Amino acid sequence: MPDFGPDLAEVFGPAAADGGPDLVQLLTPEGERVHHPEFDRDFSAEELRGFYRDMVLTRRIDTEATALQRHGELGIWAQLLGQEAAQIGAGRALRPQDYVFPTYREHGVAWCRGVDPLHLLGLFRGVDHGSWDPKDHNFGLYTIVIGAQALHATGYAMGIQRDGAVGTGDHDRDAAVIAHFGDGASSQGDVNEAFIFAASYNAPVVFFCQNNQWAISEPIERQSRIPLFQRALGFGFPGVRVDGNDVLATYAVTQAALQRAREGSGPTLVEAYTYRMGAHTTTDDPTRYRLSDDVERWKLKDPIARVKVYLTRNGLADDDFFASIQAEADDLGHRLREGCKALPDPKPLSMFNHVYAEETDELRQQREGYAAYLETFEGAR
Amino acid sequence: MSSTRTQRITLAKGLNMGLRKAMEDDPKVLIMGEDVGKLGGVFRITDGLQKDFGEDRVIDSPLAESGIVGTAVGLALRGYRPVVEIQFDGFVYPAYDQIVAQVAKMHYRSQGRSPMPMVIRIPFGGGIGAVEHHSESPEAQFAHTPGLKVVACSNPVDGYWMIQQAIASDDPVIFLEPKRQYHADKADLDDSMAPDPLFSSRVVRRGSDATLLAYGPTVKTAMKAAEAAATEGRSLEVIDLRTLSPLDMGPVFDSVRRTGRAIITHEAHVNLGVGAEVAARVQEECFYSLESPVLRVCGFDIPYPASRIEEDFLPDLDRVLDAVDRSLEF
Ligand SMILES: Cc1ncc(C[n+]2csc(CCOP(=O)(O)OP(=O)(O)O)c2C)c(N)n1
Repeated sequence: MPDFGPDLAEVFGPAAADGGPDLVQLLTPEGERVHHPEFDRDFSAEELRGFYRDMVLTRRIDTEATALQRHGELGIWAQLLGQEAAQIGAGRALRPQDYVFPTYREHGVAWCRGVDPLHLLGLFRGVDHGSWDPKDHNFGLYTIVIGAQALHATGYAMGIQRDGAVGTGDHDRDAAVIAHFGDGASSQGDVNEAFIFAASYNAPVVFFCQNNQWAISEPIERQSRIPLFQRALGFGFPGVRVDGNDVLATYAVTQAALQRAREGSGPTLVEAYTYRMGAHTTTDDPTRYRLSDDVERWKLKDPIARVKVYLTRNGLADDDFFASIQAEADDLGHRLREGCKALPDPKPLSMFNHVYAEETDELRQQREGYAAYLETFEGAR
Repeated sequence: MSSTRTQRITLAKGLNMGLRKAMEDDPKVLIMGEDVGKLGGVFRITDGLQKDFGEDRVIDSPLAESGIVGTAVGLALRGYRPVVEIQFDGFVYPAYDQIVAQVAKMHYRSQGRSPMPMVIRIPFGGGIGAVEHHSESPEAQFAHTPGLKVVACSNPVDGYWMIQQAIASDDPVIFLEPKRQYHADKADLDDSMAPDPLFSSRVVRRGSDATLLAYGPTVKTAMKAAEAAATEGRSLEVIDLRTLSPLDMGPVFDSVRRTGRAIITHEAHVNLGVGAEVAARVQEECFYSLESPVLRVCGFDIPYPASRIEEDFLPDLDRVLDAVDRSLEF
């Protein structure tokens, strides 16, 4: 037999359980600051406190939404518990002119882009399909069809190239795109085609994969036999695996990847190695397919706890600070509970709106027909 | 005698039992899809099957619908009978190319040498309060494609039999399951009773004033409408079409010749939907019997709306009765 190179199965097993030797980390689960030859960077006390605040508030959005779903106020909710650092690290690395293509779970990134969480609740309540204006936030609508947005991101990045907004050296002009998706999505044709197109055109896009180890009930091994970040090389661009529960490392790596894109050096795949602590969504029951041992092990790597330890131990934040964040979270929770229940139901006839830019006569007739029909119930309904 | 064999089951249970039976009867039957293994599918239709038949026969696939159907084509070429689960209607489109360009044409282009005995199960329809892409009715897209057969079950007993018959068919079958009904109503299954043929429609309620045609989730709506109409002295016949391609129009023509009126209801968009084809054939065959135009009570021609107003999109009892009124008053 000729030698076909290393046995790929070796990359799994115990070595991969903690992310493996290639994992970029700047803050350990114990809250210890460690250094990295390529991605190290200084963080000010203010930045660190900002990360802490963002993560606490994002988690609060998530727990409130989960509770609202349990109380029947939302149809469903996709929880992000455990993925706060991956999302805040990535979201804070963006500049205003950058553009985000999210999945349905990017609540932390939405937060960083200034999207009111009530918009997210509206979608999961079933009031609309997404009510924020993507242009106002450079944050696209949530995409539920797995992986489709990776191609949109690539195309958007091609537009940026054509607008001459890459590699000019102008801090406020050069832009990049970030495409979010999960480990499961990495199997979709759309995602792989996006890799090909981005590589072919050297498009300014960062592929940000949150490997939370699960695609509903399917473990990562069902999707990939090599660490996901290593796939990038086969497509012709670099890949990095970062500790997705380490907000500092995620920030540093994403920022470097975005900068590469803005400078015209092309795409990067960032694999944020993390864990889906909750169910896939509120309708899922993970006890049917995974062991609680795993969850317990990942609890020790909580993204928020390690930042709190670091801030406290180094005297960068005091009790007043933590209390004020707690109070802010409580206010936010209150606002979301009240705001969600107050979201008005859409008017039935509004479902005919916006199907086309130029409405057809046929559709107008359907709306009018239905309006006339509804009128026959006036008073009766 | 047969009463000892009678069980009360839901549609989900009927499908699960039917799949199990098909796997027991034929070792070539495989199940493929996302989360169909340990989880038993997001609707639990394949619950327990991987445990009993193993990972080689109940296959959790990578998250890629084109990949699932494309590899099922290869398995079918190798002599297997793949039963593919698409998790939700709105996620069949990544596999659309494989289905319409490969699955549908294989038998034809190979001059019959390469049959495609494949079943593609799609939970379809709305009314479950879901977010986008989880409530659609894509049947017309497949019924319009020569080479595919398309059926829709509406009740637990049909679920049990029809899935087995679809698996036994040597043609590729798009198998539509009304997800809103999965865990809704129970029915008695007596598996000693011989089932109707797969590609046949069935009169499910006798009546004389008008004919209601439905399939999948709207059969229940039509039945309720017929009950309500009966309290007002109107006698409606209800036909469960069951098969959408081929259509089984014989019972429909017989009925319309007696009642003179036909109303079809489906959740799919009205424009170029199954109802359009049914209406065309009824007017071709029953022209002189018709007392009024064939009416359609269907989903509007808009993308499926946000769930808070989905009941306005979906045909319901009132809309069906309104059409009955219009038909009778014509
Ligand atoms: C094309 C398509 N197929 C199936 C689904 C149903 N579905 C929703 S989420 C999901 C798993 C996604 O896993 P992953 O990409 O790892 O992201 P995660 O949900 O874990 O964040 C599946 C199968 C879908 N939304 N789109």
